Amino acid sequence: MFQVRLHGRGGQGAVTTAELLSVAAFNEGKHAQAFPSFGSERMGAPVMAFCRIDDKPIRTREPVGHPDALIIQDPTLLHQVEVFSGLLPGSFMLINTPGGFEDLGLDDYIRAMCRDRLLVVPATRMALEHLGRPLPGAALLGGFAALTGQVRVESVIAAINERFSGKAADGNAAAAREAFEFVKAEREALADA
Amino acid sequence: MLKQIEGSRAVAEAVALCRPEVICAYPITPQTHIVEALGAAVKRGDLAPCEFINVESEFAAMSVAIGASAAGARAYTATASQGLLYMSEAVYNAAGLGLPIVMTVANRAIGAPINIWNDHSDSMSQRDAGWIQLYAETSQEALDLHIQAFRIAEELSVPVMVCMDGFLLTHACERADIPTQEQVDGFLPGYEPRQVLDPAEPVSIGAMVGPEAFTEVRYLAQARQLQALDLIPAVAGEFERGFGRDSGGLLRPYRLDEAETVVIALGSVQGTIKDVVDELRAGGMKIGVLGIISFRPFPFDAVRAALNGASRVIAIERAFAPGSGGIVTGDIRSALLQHPVPVYPVIAGLGGRAVTSASLRGLLADGHAGALGPLTFLDLNTGLVERELARTRQARRSGPAAENMLRDIGAVASRIG
Repeated sequence: MFQVRLHGRGGQGAVTTAELLSVAAFNEGKHAQAFPSFGSERMGAPVMAFCRIDDKPIRTREPVGHPDALIIQDPTLLHQVEVFSGLLPGSFMLINTPGGFEDLGLDDYIRAMCRDRLLVVPATRMALEHLGRPLPGAALLGGFAALTGQVRVESVIAAINERFSGKAADGNAAAAREAFEFVKAEREALADA
Repeated sequence: MLKQIEGSRAVAEAVALCRPEVICAYPITPQTHIVEALGAAVKRGDLAPCEFINVESEFAAMSVAIGASAAGARAYTATASQGLLYMSEAVYNAAGLGLPIVMTVANRAIGAPINIWNDHSDSMSQRDAGWIQLYAETSQEALDLHIQAFRIAEELSVPVMVCMDGFLLTHACERADIPTQEQVDGFLPGYEPRQVLDPAEPVSIGAMVGPEAFTEVRYLAQARQLQALDLIPAVAGEFERGFGRDSGGLLRPYRLDEAETVVIALGSVQGTIKDVVDELRAGGMKIGVLGIISFRPFPFDAVRAALNGASRVIAIERAFAPGSGGIVTGDIRSALLQHPVPVYPVIAGLGGRAVTSASLRGLLADGHAGALGPLTFLDLNTGLVERELARTRQARRSGPAAENMLRDIGAVASRIG
């Protein structure tokens, strides 16, 4: 089982993002379970959503305490919320930020982790460019596909096209595609370093 | 057709396939997505003939369902928490009148303090209203139980409450097999009411009954619940033949072979429990799970038979009766009167507190060793309780307890579990 935890803020689409990821996995014939952290919905408040992916039916319903991957939709959460709780040495992490990973000041949190699994993607910039709205979910899923290989970017785009239509579908799909390429290049650069 | 779909939407699709003629509901979290989806289906014309009636309260929702059902229409509503309490008088009336209404309860805690999260306090509070109560473990089962519920309700003229965990099921997006209209039409015939308000043949429904017959009328409620004990498994069997899925029925046993310890639970928490039980079994512990789908009627004989050979029972209670303890525990003990074994009630997951595998692992090990007390509260923060009790001892005007305790623990938004 592969377990993902998303941290975002109310209104950013964390729940939709987790659902889209589950649909992408479903499209590949896998079992998937997406669910929100069930807070009272408020714009801007810290929210969480979870997604589990497995080859067999998923029975557990507890929150994801030890994520195999962490998706951070808003870097301002990094020092406000216990986003790193339960991280494993081999966990992946994808952070939406316009800057570099080293600029985030996370050295104390990631000492035991694999540096080449901790990546950034300017998902909000990509969303603004392609979608015209600051909703980074689709781009983060494109980046997630490149980072973890758990789903193919084509499955992410298929999930986007099932959920949205017209400009919203096209913009989100373009953002996902750009983020996929961005993270893929980032991984290759780290591997060469 | 297999879909990756939110639990609420899966249930809405199932209800629509049952061709309800009147849907009346008042929005309340976490039930809202179900009736929103149904309202949209009616507006699009996908669900016709059907009248979606916006009402001003839950009391009106159940009252409209009663009127619609008495007039011969297949009626459906959904609610949760305070909404269920607000309609409580009409909930009893629906059962007393023998009207086969189907209602989803998206299980949620009851205030005060206000809490929108999941536990079973709401439906448990109506357990004696005369409704059949079925509890779903997964979105798929919630979907399937609604289709079975209309069959059971209409065959017996008893209303059925399908209980599904709020958020944990209503807001979870998972795989569900949505049946075809032909499948559901083949399983669920049109509603043929036993009694109907018809101007051409006027009758009274809901007359006053005095001491001369009230006991007998009430006894009929028991008789119908006993009939349901036979009908529920029969309908589940027919469902399995038609839809190819084992869904519904009275109980769901899991790894009960030679189980010395049996964990009893209702609803979605069974999934996490089963994962932990698999681990414990792998370590050699003889432990199994007995899921209760039908809480009303309570299947005493089937529970007794399933527990034959067990040395102890751990009852995971998602609600509790202050001053008494476990609500399900009382019925389990009644089932075991002839061959009593210890039943340990464990209050777990109140108001949305996550029931984690880590906590269950410790709890079930303690229970298997016979080390649980007469009433356990899983993951209770005893320090927090002790400090508030100390405050009440120190000052007469200690203030509102809930707010004191929130202040005591500080911000919670930063935590994960």
